[in-house]
Amino acid sequence: MSKLLQVLKSHLEGVLAGKIQQSVVALNELTIEVSPDDLLSVSLFLRDDNACCFEQLIDICGVDYLTYGETEWDTSGSGFSRGVKREFSFDGDEQDEANKFEGKRFAVVVHLLSIEHNQRIRLKCYCDDNDFPRVNSLQGIWNSANWFEREAFDMFGILFDGHPDLRRILTDYGFIGHPFRKDFPLIGHVDMRYDEEQKRVIYESVSIEERTLVPRVIRKDQRFTPAVEGDE
Amino acid sequence: MSEIKNFTLNFGPAHPAAHGVLRLVLEMDGEVIQRADPHIGLLHRGTEKLAESKPYNQSIGYMDRLDYVSMMCNEHGYVLALEKMLGIEAPVRAQYIRTMFDEITRILNHLLWIGAHALDVGAMTMFLYAFREREDLMDVYEAVSGARLHATYYRPGGVYRDLPDTMPLHETSRWTDDAEVKRLNKNRGGSVLDFIEDFTNRFPTYVDEYETLLTDNRIWKQRLVDIGIVSPERALQLGLTGAMLRGSGIEWDLRKKQPYAMYDQVDFDIPVGTNGDSYDRYLVRIEEMRQSNNIIKQCVDWLRKNPGSVMHEDHKITQPPREKMKGDMEALIHHFKLATEGYCLPEGEAYAAIEHPKGEFGCYIVSDGANKPYRLKVRAPGFAHMSAMDELTKGHMLADVVTIIGTMDIVFGEVDR
Repeated sequence: MSKLLQVLKSHLEGVLAGKIQQSVVALNELTIEVSPDDLLSVSLFLRDDNACCFEQLIDICGVDYLTYGETEWDTSGSGFSRGVKREFSFDGDEQDEANKFEGKRFAVVVHLLSIEHNQRIRLKCYCDDNDFPRVNSLQGIWNSANWFEREAFDMFGILFDGHPDLRRILTDYGFIGHPFRKDFPLIGHVDMRYDEEQKRVIYESVSIEERTLVPRVIRKDQRFTPAVEGDE
Repeated sequence: MSEIKNFTLNFGPAHPAAHGVLRLVLEMDGEVIQRADPHIGLLHRGTEKLAESKPYNQSIGYMDRLDYVSMMCNEHGYVLALEKMLGIEAPVRAQYIRTMFDEITRILNHLLWIGAHALDVGAMTMFLYAFREREDLMDVYEAVSGARLHATYYRPGGVYRDLPDTMPLHETSRWTDDAEVKRLNKNRGGSVLDFIEDFTNRFPTYVDEYETLLTDNRIWKQRLVDIGIVSPERALQLGLTGAMLRGSGIEWDLRKKQPYAMYDQVDFDIPVGTNGDSYDRYLVRIEEMRQSNNIIKQCVDWLRKNPGSVMHEDHKITQPPREKMKGDMEALIHHFKLATEGYCLPEGEAYAAIEHPKGEFGCYIVSDGANKPYRLKVRAPGFAHMSAMDELTKGHMLADVVTIIGTMDIVFGEVDR
């Protein structure tokens, strides 16, 4: 399996030289990274090339890298701290926190499957603009991209250029915000309830407070080998 | 004569044939569908976001609640992704147990599918028959995990516990008298494996019964044949997987092509259709039930002969046994750390997919090295199937929409997540 992936990897690196920013084989999976400008041409190639034949798009998923690698409980120093410190307070200044973020925040991850060759590939594409993330829509290449892109738009606010019908899909009618963004609180912003006096359903700000039951911890004394096996 | 216009019809979200909370906005020309716009998300619970706030093991229970008629298969997909990242493998016995329960789950799922599908199309009896058999299988779920539906039985590194030696018995109560209890307990004298084996011996005749009722049934055929035809090319384009893909004649089954658990050790066939219509998909799923039954039999045979551990031995990841905790300090520390903090996954990302009864169910995990996932994406087969709704229903009559929802085997727990 791994050998075949290496063959595919070197094939792609040869043919798509300059378009592939990075290609890694880890855990028996091949990931290639492309820029938003090259996404369409690379996708088309992956679908139509005889050695690739990725005729099926399995999944599109958005990722928000805003708090990647951040923890709530420091374990590197000596002794133990008992307090859970939350990096994001979510008290209205979340936009400031988001603006401070350097690097590319949003990524679109595409999983492809080739039934012809029985192989998979992962295509990763980081959006250039953090405030206005956009990539080209893959809907014309694989029709199944339609709803997956709508989902990524709904959850992360990633815009897909050329999508025929980019509406919200999973959230409520009239929902505000993109819930899977890391600066969107888990408990949400609004509560909904039926109001006896007004005789209708009303929205109001959340009345509960978010709690951390188990703090997020990154153990540096890693017991396991890193997931990335490198290029050997 | 007055002018005839297209009109819009709301189907659901509380329609009994909508299989949950589907709201379909149908643009109709007379009784013919011009456009179907499914509105989903009424059951959206944000499973993926919730998982980001919990240690890995605490999310296993959420997986049951995705596709709530094939619980253990969902767990399997999630657990496989974790194991891939951790670089561990479950003991062989645990993998056989998983294989067996995946197939039990497949039968459970297909039974519900055939019951609901037939009920939608007009055959009431099927539903009662299917639920009779589901009862037995849910008892098996209960015997191993304590829960009839949301089992939370699989763990990274194995399964929660070995198969029990006794099958729980029914007791006399206000609702069941002695004669009824005696009848119910007839097969339950032995171990869980005995009960499962007894079921596998009975089940083929049950499937024959279903087929007698449906396969050559004139009404059933009138409602299913040539409804919702998908060509192989379109099936690939639309991202259809599982029986939806096999019904169109593409021989693709992850259990065979990218084997996980013990599927490379058991013998089974992949049924495929030829026309890609609802009737072919019905035949495919019926045959899948028979194949699953065979796989369960093979697993039972193996499990009888090969006792052993069902959990990975590395207690940095898996809980040590309860008895050990009472006397061993190290085990107690492991228990404490796992219960309060969980384990950390190495940094990286992984995608693991299984052949779910409905299609390809996959989990994509991004980890930054923490004890909680940085991002968990659940690839639910039903979501892709649902998105093909518009294309499948176009040009069909309103009554066929019900058939097509049934043939897609939609469950909203996984579509909305």
